[in-house]
Amino acid sequence: MKIKNIIITFFSALALLISTSTISFSKVVGDKIILGAAISLTGKYSSNGVHTQNGYNMAVDRINSMGGVKVGGKTYKFDIIYYDDESNPKRAAQLAERLISQDGVEFMLGPYSSGLTKAIAPVTEKYGVPMVEANGASRSLFTKGYKYLFAVLAPANLYLDVAIDLAVEKNNGKGVTVAMAFEQDAFSQDVRLGVLDAIERTGSKKVIDDKLPKELNDMAATLVKVKQMKPDVLVVSGHTKGALTAIRQIAEMKVDVPMLAMTHCDAAKLSKQHGKNSQYALCASQWHKTLTYKDDFFKDGMTYDADFTKEFGYAPPYQAAESSAALLVFKDAFERANSFDQKKVRDALAATNMQTFYGNIKFAPGGQNVDKPMVLFQVMCDDGGKCENKVVAPTKWASAKLIHPIPSWSER
Amino acid sequence: MISVQACLDGILLGILFALIAYGMALQWGVMNIINIAQGDLVILGGYIAYFMYLYGIHPAWGVIVSPIIMYFVGIAIYKLVINKVVDRDLFISILATFGISILFMQLMNFAFGADVVLANSGYGTTMLFDNNVVLPNSKIFSAFISILFAICLVIYMKKSKLGRAIRATAQNARAAKILGVDTEKVYAATFGINAALCGVAGALISITFTIHPYMGLPYTIRSFMIVIVAGLGNLPGVAMSGMGLGIFEEFADYILGTEFRIGSVFLLLVLILVYRRFKLSRKREYLK
Repeated sequence: MKIKNIIITFFSALALLISTSTISFSKVVGDKIILGAAISLTGKYSSNGVHTQNGYNMAVDRINSMGGVKVGGKTYKFDIIYYDDESNPKRAAQLAERLISQDGVEFMLGPYSSGLTKAIAPVTEKYGVPMVEANGASRSLFTKGYKYLFAVLAPANLYLDVAIDLAVEKNNGKGVTVAMAFEQDAFSQDVRLGVLDAIERTGSKKVIDDKLPKELNDMAATLVKVKQMKPDVLVVSGHTKGALTAIRQIAEMKVDVPMLAMTHCDAAKLSKQHGKNSQYALCASQWHKTLTYKDDFFKDGMTYDADFTKEFGYAPPYQAAESSAALLVFKDAFERANSFDQKKVRDALAATNMQTFYGNIKFAPGGQNVDKPMVLFQVMCDDGGKCENKVVAPTKWASAKLIHPIPSWSER
Repeated sequence: MISVQACLDGILLGILFALIAYGMALQWGVMNIINIAQGDLVILGGYIAYFMYLYGIHPAWGVIVSPIIMYFVGIAIYKLVINKVVDRDLFISILATFGISILFMQLMNFAFGADVVLANSGYGTTMLFDNNVVLPNSKIFSAFISILFAICLVIYMKKSKLGRAIRATAQNARAAKILGVDTEKVYAATFGINAALCGVAGALISITFTIHPYMGLPYTIRSFMIVIVAGLGNLPGVAMSGMGLGIFEEFADYILGTEFRIGSVFLLLVLILVYRRFKLSRKREYLK
């Protein structure tokens, strides 16, 4: 009996030793740089999680096939360990912990959404793991003094302030009246803060300031107020639910407003789901295929759009494009750091100043990208009912002229 | 005019809520089960109508197809899970249906994706009072269909053999069993009917609002609230309570702001429960 116990103990200890030693590989194995990412492959963010993953994978394949990453005279290839965070912030934080402390990952890619990035950032910061993220735009991510967080996208407060500027410009520089409806989540509230700043800066006036609940599916009350107050601009931000509900009810209730600006039109597939009812809506976007930024890997937006569509069977939303850009940033930083030392890579990331097909990338001390403006596109439909998104602002990138004011429903 | 708009919006919305609540009341009354998955059954019904819409069939046909499919889904859920908890403590059934709710959410997410979707009915809009009051025809259609289904159900419960058996089981399951009612069959049918009602409501929601795999809970909460206020087995009460809740929500939205919409529903629930308790305690004193 005693001998049996000793044998069992011996083999258990051996098994434990083998299991821990096999999973503790480090960030660079052979010629591979292993990055870690917790992505929402299930749960409520799974659609955008998949876009994020496709964006990452597309860039990994492209960079690897075009020579990989050159560090210390040797060529390395990217590889990513993915875990499904189930769209749950707690799970995302656990997985970040697991990627770093068990899998030995020393460089991370961001998850989808501001909320999940907020959950992961304290973990990567604690371990000093540089994280390049492409889908967390909330302003609060960049005011906490994180040193290892870098976001390739513009912060949320810049999403819709362009729309207010545009409305003021159309009003001959005079202030306008603004109706606002924003969901009560970190992202939308940041968008709201940006709009409030723009209102103050331009001498405009807010006439409605509604906060939409997370389980939003009815905006009738807000829209009745809009009908009564007749504002110059209606601004809505409530993720895809907000965009779809707003367009449906604006059309049903025949709400006439000279300018309608919103977020998440791309993700909501507005023009596909609502057709002509979505016409004239202005949408904030991080990226659009017609922008003329260039790089050596994806050439430009149009080429990226064609290549992505060929590979994944659907046109890339901006969530995919910015995710691909995150890999380009990592490659550039590794090569400039010429090392895999986390501190050196972090410093190289902080000094990033480059152009990608997605836009210019230069990080502020808080980690946000300050060199890439948001674009506004307008949904424009032809007589046959085919709708397209066309960039109308900033003027430098505009591929079509803004239609303003929006024709009233009786004239449509 | 804002008040008229709020009242009409509230009534139309409330009628739809009442339909979902009636299903919950029926099943609660007959089987003593509080179905936390009620809202998820509604959303599943909505997806059936949405898929018909995707394949070029007008989503309004969903109000016929969706309840038929959902009836069998309901029966299947009963046979697999509910019949094992029907005689148990209320808490067990809440836990079981909570589990079903989570399972449905995940399965719907897996099968249909996490995108928010809707079905366009193209029904247009009705303008009243010199265009000051606007009613989407899809909401009017939803209210009309809800009333139609409620009336059919009441007639069915009164006239049909199964309807009478269901009512008998609700009054006293043991006595009904002794008198030859197959209560097992009655329970299965009740759960099926409830799921079918959810199917109708879901189809209507897909053409009136939006649907998403995780959007079921607010419908469960609202129907729970309506049943609590109206009591079990009281259709006029459920209808009035539903409409009252709809109007209350719309006014709370206008006056307090959209962010307090759901919060005000909970506040109302607390107030009603406190008032009921107060009224009951006075009655007890009187009886002494």
